[in-house]
Amino acid sequence: MAAPPRTKAELDDQFAELYRSHLRDVYSYAYYRVGNHHDAEDLTEQTFLQAYRHFERAQAESDGRPLRPWLIRIAHNLAANLYRDRSRRPQTTIDDTSGLSAVHTTEDLVEGRDELARILAGVKELPNDRREALIMRFALGMDNREIARALGKTDGATKVLLHRAIRQLEGIVGDEHTRS
Amino acid sequence: MSTPGADIETLLSRALRPIDPPDGLSRRLEQTLVELTELAVVELEGWELSAMRDPRNWMRPVIALAIGATAGTALVILRVKATQRRRNQLARGPADLAARTARAVAGEARRVVRR
Repeated sequence: MAAPPRTKAELDDQFAELYRSHLRDVYSYAYYRVGNHHDAEDLTEQTFLQAYRHFERAQAESDGRPLRPWLIRIAHNLAANLYRDRSRRPQTTIDDTSGLSAVHTTEDLVEGRDELARILAGVKELPNDRREALIMRFALGMDNREIARALGKTDGATKVLLHRAIRQLEGIVGDEHTRS
Repeated sequence: MSTPGADIETLLSRALRPIDPPDGLSRRLEQTLVELTELAVVELEGWELSAMRDPRNWMRPVIALAIGATAGTALVILRVKATQRRRNQLARGPADLAARTARAVAGEARRVVRR
């Protein structure tokens, strides 16, 4: 277990390191969650603002474990509040062409634009917890234990959640393929 | 194929690839951090010790110390950044924007000091 920081300066240094290490993770999660860059930027900033407020306590309670799941959980809660406040779903969804072109390379788009679009559309149709688990696994590369902490579930429940998410997505994509 | 769903996992890895934040986001945050730290140092250096005899003047160096030294730097930065877009819209020019930003910094620093 890491020794607790002795000064506010050390705490700020550690927060800066956390920010640098996980800015991309938080932004990726925010983007796939809200579906557009404008809201993703705001969500990312607010996530780190809130994280700073509670950083000292989170560090003390982390028992040396990585803080990425805690950060993502903050982003998850803020995104939920964003939808609640606006009483609407995202204006731009992640299966829009503009979203695809902003994120993927030309090579990807030429080789499998329809396929990727179908996957993203399928992800969008999943229940919230399954969709978020897939985002954490595939966009952020989080393992089962990290996802479990971020979602407030047990490791076993998270394993089942991911399995069911993938199976459901297979079904959605398969049905779509059959219809087209 | 050894695992059911392996193909779709490959597709998911391609579809949900990590996204780099826009250049502007990290650049603005880092730039603001540097500017605010420098602002606090300048304010502290320009402060006349004689003014410290008047308790009404004690707040400003406390704020400058709070920003420039250690406490709450990141919090001030992030809060000020969160309201930057609104100040950009309201500002009547670069000087006005700078004045609005400075006032926002002082306000946020006071909040941090009161924590």
